[in-house]
Amino acid sequence: MNTNTMSYKTKQFLMFAGVTTFIFCAVVIVPFIYGLYLTFTSWDGVSVSKPFVGLANYAATFKDGAFWQALLRTAIYSVISVILVNVVAFILAFLVTSGVKGQNFFRAGFFVPNLIGGIVLGYIWKFVFNRAFVSLGNALSIGFLSTSWLATTNGAMLCLIIVSVWQYAGYMMLIYVAGFMSVSNDVIEAAKIDGCTNMQTIVHISVPLMVSSFVQCLFLTITRCFMVYDVNLSLTNGEPFNSSVMAAMHVYNTAFTYKDYGTGQAEALVLFIVCAIVGVLQVYIGKKAEVSA
Amino acid sequence: METLNEKAARQAKIIGVLKIILLLVLFVCFIFPFVLVIINVFKVKADITSDPLALVGAHGFTMQNFPNAMNKMSFWRSFANSACITILSTAFTLLLSAMTAYVIVRNKWKACGALFGLMIASMVIPFQVLMIPLVSLYGGLLGVLNHRATLIFMHVGFSLSMATFMFHGAINTNVPIALEEAAKIDGCNRWQTFWKIVFPLLKPTIATVAIIDAMAFWNDYLLPSLVLAKKELYTIPIATQIFYGTYSTDIGLVMAALLLAMLPILILYIFLQRYIVEGVTSGAVK
Repeated sequence: MNTNTMSYKTKQFLMFAGVTTFIFCAVVIVPFIYGLYLTFTSWDGVSVSKPFVGLANYAATFKDGAFWQALLRTAIYSVISVILVNVVAFILAFLVTSGVKGQNFFRAGFFVPNLIGGIVLGYIWKFVFNRAFVSLGNALSIGFLSTSWLATTNGAMLCLIIVSVWQYAGYMMLIYVAGFMSVSNDVIEAAKIDGCTNMQTIVHISVPLMVSSFVQCLFLTITRCFMVYDVNLSLTNGEPFNSSVMAAMHVYNTAFTYKDYGTGQAEALVLFIVCAIVGVLQVYIGKKAEVSA
Repeated sequence: METLNEKAARQAKIIGVLKIILLLVLFVCFIFPFVLVIINVFKVKADITSDPLALVGAHGFTMQNFPNAMNKMSFWRSFANSACITILSTAFTLLLSAMTAYVIVRNKWKACGALFGLMIASMVIPFQVLMIPLVSLYGGLLGVLNHRATLIFMHVGFSLSMATFMFHGAINTNVPIALEEAAKIDGCNRWQTFWKIVFPLLKPTIATVAIIDAMAFWNDYLLPSLVLAKKELYTIPIATQIFYGTYSTDIGLVMAALLLAMLPILILYIFLQRYIVEGVTSGAVK
């Protein structure tokens, strides 16, 4: 059979990848392009016509102070969460690879929050912050615990950060554990013979050899924190006084609550640009930072 | 006087004990919220409000929260919806992405390169960029929202890129081309070769992709909430929200609902723990 004809190639491609191509285009590519078109129209989600408005949605995006505030808030929240998640995860990974008893049990336990959806996690912590902490504060008369942290502006942000650290640390721990395991024992032993203390071995031998784990964890946490929505919705729902509305929630509200689809989509594109920059940086830094033993 | 060796050994022992203590403290912090839910689910509403930290409420032990919560969130119906959507979405994703990865790896055609390039590039697109056009296209133009099939279609569409990427790597490294050539000599065509030789060799990757995607589908909230607006189509994450929509929240029911929402996946985790931990790690490291 001649396998170099156009019809053979087309048949083969369609047989194996035809359905995939169709679904992928219908769910990702077409909506993406259609989304670009939407930013030039004004649509309220109900009417049949979508009047063309030129760049008005982009102008509205730039003038939407609440959006830029949400973006700045998301950036601050992300920076703090990313640092804390990775510090906690690294410490956990170090502890569960240092040969203590039951380390597999601990690994499995720290991972549990990742099994459960953000909505449920947010509601659980809402109960913890609103009821359990307050009750504890009243019982022991600890002042800063006796009112709910979720009721204050900074408190709500702090709560979001705590929940994010709790949620992601176990997952990142697994990646760091894989990193620790990939450092060969020969190198560690050589360092010990040369007189390195445990601490020195970690700082000068393990960490440089685990750079790819760090890059991976950092970018995973950055993108996850930046696009946070589920926990934001169930834990704070933007309260108090819209002070904890993150960028993703603002986009959702603009489009679906205030029925301004064009502006919502224009704001979503700003998020896309941020994500694209982060993605390109990840590939670039990831390639540069690799060290071999 | 103790020797240097003895001193070092004693120090190592102390550090070991400190490590275990630190681990235990961290562990308690990690599971504390879950423990709270479990102890409060067996109390009546008044007891939870008056003392959420007590192990047993003043009015004693109650199981009443479970049937009430199950009733209110239509637990079994939501469970069936979630299960049906998760299983079908995962199955379609696995089959389609493995087939696609195979044709892409084994042929240097332009269409393959273009599709793969688009898929890789699309992985940086956040969901928020696509949700408004999706609602607009599928709701406004086609009018197919409020069907489980639409949600499955979208789930598959979103997860194909990553899954194809992972199968691409697996076929490149784990499937020897000599095996396929042998199959060809024995009279298999490409379709038979794929299903009889290649697909069975991909088992570890199939497990990884299945675990990652099934967990993502089961827990997903935003996309289902946009697609499924009818009560009888609700999945479990959407159903847990019902308890907060009304004027007063019955906290006892909320506790039961949260526990019910977590239970299926926790039970699976007890049995498949090793595979889940391995799957998630190897999925992230790729």
